[in-house]
Amino acid sequence: MNHWIGAPIDRADGILKVTGEASYAADFNFENLIYGIPILSTCAKGKVVKIDDSDALKIPGVLTILTSQNTPEFFPAKSDFGTASQMGEIRLPLQDETIHYAGQYLGVVLAETLESAEEAEKLVKVLVEEEPPILEMEKNLSQAYSPKAFFGEPLPVIRGNFEKAFSEAEIKLEEIYTTPVEHHNPMEPHASIAVWDGENLTLYESTQWVVGARNVVADALKLPREKVKIISWFVGGGFGCKGFIWPHTLLSSLAAMQMKRPVKVLLSRRHLFTTVGHRPATCQKLTLGASRSGKISALKHHTITHTSFVGEFLEGSGGASQNLYDFPNLQVIYQVVRLNKGTPTFMRAPGESTGLFALESLLDELSYKLKIDPIELRLKNYAERHPETGLPWSSSNLKECLQIGAEKFGWKNRNPDPGSMKQGNLSLGWGMAVSMFPGFRSPGSARVKILPDNTARVESATQDMGTGTYTTMKQIAAEILSLPPEKINSFLGDSSYPAAPISGGSMTSASVGPAVEAAAKKALQHLIDTAIKDKASLFYRCSPDDLQAKNGNLIFKTDPSKAETFGEILLRNNLPFLEGEAFIKPDQPDKKYAFQSHGAQFAEVLVDPYLKTIRLNRMVGIFDVGKILNLKTARSQAIGGMIMGIGMALYEKTVYDLTTGRVVNDNLSDYLIPVMADIPSIDVEFIDKPDPYFNSLGVRGLGEIGITGTAAAIANAVYHATGIRIRDLPITLEKLL
Amino acid sequence: MKYSVTLRVNGKEQKLNLDARATLLNALREILHLTGTKKGCDQGQCGSCTVLLNGKRVNSCLVLAVMADGKTVTTIEGVSSNGELHPLQQSFLSHDGLQCGYCTPGQIVSALGFLNEPWDKTPEAVQIGMSGNLCRCGAYPNIASAIEEIRSSIQEAASS
Ligand code: FES
Ligand code: FES
Repeated sequence: MNHWIGAPIDRADGILKVTGEASYAADFNFENLIYGIPILSTCAKGKVVKIDDSDALKIPGVLTILTSQNTPEFFPAKSDFGTASQMGEIRLPLQDETIHYAGQYLGVVLAETLESAEEAEKLVKVLVEEEPPILEMEKNLSQAYSPKAFFGEPLPVIRGNFEKAFSEAEIKLEEIYTTPVEHHNPMEPHASIAVWDGENLTLYESTQWVVGARNVVADALKLPREKVKIISWFVGGGFGCKGFIWPHTLLSSLAAMQMKRPVKVLLSRRHLFTTVGHRPATCQKLTLGASRSGKISALKHHTITHTSFVGEFLEGSGGASQNLYDFPNLQVIYQVVRLNKGTPTFMRAPGESTGLFALESLLDELSYKLKIDPIELRLKNYAERHPETGLPWSSSNLKECLQIGAEKFGWKNRNPDPGSMKQGNLSLGWGMAVSMFPGFRSPGSARVKILPDNTARVESATQDMGTGTYTTMKQIAAEILSLPPEKINSFLGDSSYPAAPISGGSMTSASVGPAVEAAAKKALQHLIDTAIKDKASLFYRCSPDDLQAKNGNLIFKTDPSKAETFGEILLRNNLPFLEGEAFIKPDQPDKKYAFQSHGAQFAEVLVDPYLKTIRLNRMVGIFDVGKILNLKTARSQAIGGMIMGIGMALYEKTVYDLTTGRVVNDNLSDYLIPVMADIPSIDVEFIDKPDPYFNSLGVRGLGEIGITGTAAAIANAVYHATGIRIRDLPITLEKLL
Repeated sequence: MKYSVTLRVNGKEQKLNLDARATLLNALREILHLTGTKKGCDQGQCGSCTVLLNGKRVNSCLVLAVMADGKTVTTIEGVSSNGELHPLQQSFLSHDGLQCGYCTPGQIVSALGFLNEPWDKTPEAVQIGMSGNLCRCGAYPNIASAIEEIRSSIQEAASS
């Protein structure tokens, strides 16, 4: 058995994607379509006095302009992650005159053509009463609040006695690390096409959460949930900004219901910088006490970050210090400042990516101070059990990751002295860092249908944003049904399929995978039951235990020559299909193990000693994420995470104008993301050992771990090359001058 | 203002009556419903909208449709023929040169244009010549090897 799970087969949706046939939200076209283009505020704080749309309405083809003056009431939808109904920001759009940030929705132009809508949008004049916006968190610390809890866990985190351990420590270190606002910038801008037939609302969306979108839209419009359907077959990347439900989805829905015509609301690239979340900036002060031998006895991780005036969000950077190493005395503290910027949201490895930049940089600093090899320092502080809960790891292979990575990278040849290694006239720098992401999972469900033509279909209301869900779902079903994957079709991205969680927290495989497995087993069981009750079957009255599926046949375990195809059994019994459906919930009550993925990343940089240009030369990443479902797509995903980490390390930063509060670089020429020429050779390897307790497949997730640790590994390599420690991302050359 | 324009899209003549403001990208997507060509930025910064105009790669969001009057346009829909994948498409598939797939049509069409341009015959040239096509999923190493496989096989065929 066990040969489809893990196999590096080609991406199931690959042919549709390389031929341009895959339909993303904006690709849906309908007769009689209306185009909707948002009008956004250019002011960051104040009140709308008047919106003058008279010129805009003169543009031929413009139908109407929705503003707070003529938009009916939305009903407050529940904003509760646990009940699968979470809005990106609490405030409902176009309901009042208050402006909380530049880039907030003030209206939507509805027109017959895209060109008319876009031209009209430019002609809308908004008169506002402006107030000075609050834009800098450091200057407004007096207004900060301390969150009381993070996902149900009380804050602040106090373990042992930090003050005492710190005062007694032989070595003390305190540094501040800062990370800027970053934007997800998936290549596909969000789009929402709403079709209303007088009773049912269908939305073609770009979302990481079809069930959540359905729930929010239904509740906000007071429609029964079963009358709302979300289709999101293909998502052009999300990375978190398509997780929660943002205002454009409500606006397209409302417009379609009002106009009684299909409405296509398209966000443009600049809209993605204010209306769909961002990773907030952090200012992290880390205070560390250690022994001369490198055992860390005390650590305080104090994070200052921000949210908006219309949404709650916490970038949980301190989680890195809480969950990775054996720090007996720990304090994790947060202060959050409300700013007149859009509402932040999850961005790939929220908390861990920013927190590990700080923590893994600090450990590197300590390694130089103590003259201990950075890998050895990490091993000295290795947590044998989960440091917060004290539970044993279900499986932890961090040591193997470090060892394999070091070997692949050639770490033993490193001269630890900064600036000592050269390549030609360039300074060579080698740095490493640990990667980490907790193992999350949620209840998930799936349905598997065996069809008379010897094929099967798998359905789940989950999503594939390039993460490989289409592919892995069919591999799991293939394994159980013993059908080749090409005989199985995966269906997802439709809220009417069995419910599944948000594609976030790296939990899709761990939540939906076991449900697919169980559903396939049930479907197979039904097939076996049908056969043994069927007088015309070879297996009539046999014991189910004697039968098994093999290559699309049911066979006798002891005599494989006695076989019937799945199709024969169905056709003889006049069955259009046989199905199994499963709902799998993680067993929470008896928390016996701690689940976490680990990894190690190694980076080589070349820095020009005079020009200070930084060139990333190669990277190695080793990850322990449990069982790998598809080696090919998994490798791609891990590399993709590391590349986003390279962006975080060297390029990405959203810049706000400190007078107006507007984003200065709200486009892809000025907000830099890595391009092909920036990317060196990246060598990725997985430990690929099933997690024995996390779920039936042994799989944890790997969407996020790839980005964690990357920025620190590169920062540490830059220090090794130059002797200059950059504690403020991104690491740009002027900081080295 | 509307203009009548004739485009030759994927070998088929298309007579259209177009808004002067319509970009080639919007005309392809919203009027001809050839939605394989994607919009990532609408301002020439991402390459998602790459098509071949008279055989040369362009960002179709920067071309007004009326300017393409009388020209040939190749979009991703015109790359495979008779249901057979073009070798480059096959190579993207086998190297997994895609994740979300949104940049993919632009990458493939851009690569087709690239292979006909006078670049150095090296993998480094692929890296540079393809840097106008952004991929946020970070499929770059796989995209590079997918194109490199085709580039080197063309080179071999030419030298043998
Ligand atoms: S959409 Fe044309 S370059 Fe981005
Ligand atoms: S594959 Fe997603 S942007 Fe390139």
